[in-house]
Amino acid sequence: MAEPGELKRLPLHDLHAAAGAKFGGFAGWSMPLTYPAGVMKEHLHCREAAGLFDISHMKLFVVSGREAAEALSRACPIAADGLATGQSKYTFFLNDEAGILDDLIVTRVGGERFVVVANAGNAATDEAHLRKIASGFDCTVEALDRVFLALQGPQAEAVARDAGLDIAGLGFMNGKETVGGGFIARSGYTGEDGFEIAAPLDAAQALAEKLAADPRVEWIGLAARDSLRLEAGLCLHGRDITPDTNPVDAGLIWAIPKTLRSGGAYVGADALAAAIAAGPRRKRVGLTPEGRQPVRAGAALVDGDGVAVGTVTSGGFGPSFGGPVAMGSVDVDALDKPIFAEVRGNRLPLALHPLPFQPHRMRKG
Amino acid sequence: MAQTFFTEDHEWVRVEGDIATVGITNYAQEQLGDLVFVELPEKGRTIDKGDTVVVVESVKAASDVYAPLAGEVTEVNDGLSDNPGLVNSAAEKDGWLWKMKLADKAALDGLMDRAAYDATTA
Repeated sequence: MAEPGELKRLPLHDLHAAAGAKFGGFAGWSMPLTYPAGVMKEHLHCREAAGLFDISHMKLFVVSGREAAEALSRACPIAADGLATGQSKYTFFLNDEAGILDDLIVTRVGGERFVVVANAGNAATDEAHLRKIASGFDCTVEALDRVFLALQGPQAEAVARDAGLDIAGLGFMNGKETVGGGFIARSGYTGEDGFEIAAPLDAAQALAEKLAADPRVEWIGLAARDSLRLEAGLCLHGRDITPDTNPVDAGLIWAIPKTLRSGGAYVGADALAAAIAAGPRRKRVGLTPEGRQPVRAGAALVDGDGVAVGTVTSGGFGPSFGGPVAMGSVDVDALDKPIFAEVRGNRLPLALHPLPFQPHRMRKG
Repeated sequence: MAQTFFTEDHEWVRVEGDIATVGITNYAQEQLGDLVFVELPEKGRTIDKGDTVVVVESVKAASDVYAPLAGEVTEVNDGLSDNPGLVNSAAEKDGWLWKMKLADKAALDGLMDRAAYDATTA
């Protein structure tokens, strides 16, 4: 284990170094930020062909046992027993105030067996939260030690098939365990078709080398992962959604089954029902700055009189969009007025833009 | 004859007479990655050493470029408005940022030559 304050290295660190990656810290990990092609080309390559990402900083848990579904239906606003085997669901851990502790993907991989994929920055608190809830049920929580790769882009399916990956029967938001302790899901964080593939180290090393050697595939760093997900209008926990954001204000109520919106057995159910009844206070919106200058996360949003109306939660340049793009959280009563971002003493006009900025091209099952 | 100096902040300063052309080094552009926007100063602005004169924005982040010396901005590289990538492709030539009339040429003595700068990034 790494010392406190020291960045942890990915299991395939040397492979990335050999590929020419530049590394930087993210959520306690030393991550490949860019490869020699650079963020712009990496981003565009992923949209045009296929990109390979090392996302081993993310954490996988297996929840299994007779009451695994009940435990997850307590931990998350989902009806886990209603998921078909092989079905994935985007969901959350909420706190008692319905604030979003993390966003997750839960996949039912067997009758009494589920895989939970959590964010790197929240892995430790997620594990403690999940174990605490699970302790009240007849089930076990196992934290997996896996290399986790994402293969994304319009050529991802062809690449995966040619690499011999077991993708039979996988439509978008389907997942399954594979021989040798692996897991594969048709999901991602780019708005493109693709797969997220977990495997133990030895198998993963060989798989990563095989995939990276495919001429249709380029390694993609964390910088392009961020611009890809921002164009796709997908949230980054810690920025666009936080424990102070509830799913109503985040515009993520679609992820909560209708039957659970007025209450349920999950943590945060009462607060969420109250928030739904009260209506959103803020809205998560897409924003496009006028001109070429990007606005960044943390920039204050104001109306024409300079009154604060919100904050930019993610911002940068969208290589496929061809201009600066941002997401922000804006007071609902300010949405019909002109909005400006305060950047280095200037007020930059912004236009609301529907999310996503780049149409999703996931493959429906 | 033009003479080129370098700073610890990874800028180059090419001096002809009392006019200095300022840009960021090739090493700096490599570290920043693909630039998408360059915020240039107003012509005629008086700047002190250390002032933020230019902001270069990559896909991911904004970075300040500081005045290596005091003086007055006489010209800016307008071509960067349409093509900020020029800083990536030609950092130490066509990707220059601004020109300035130096307040005190003697201050150049505090800057590095190419060999000394290259040693800092080796």
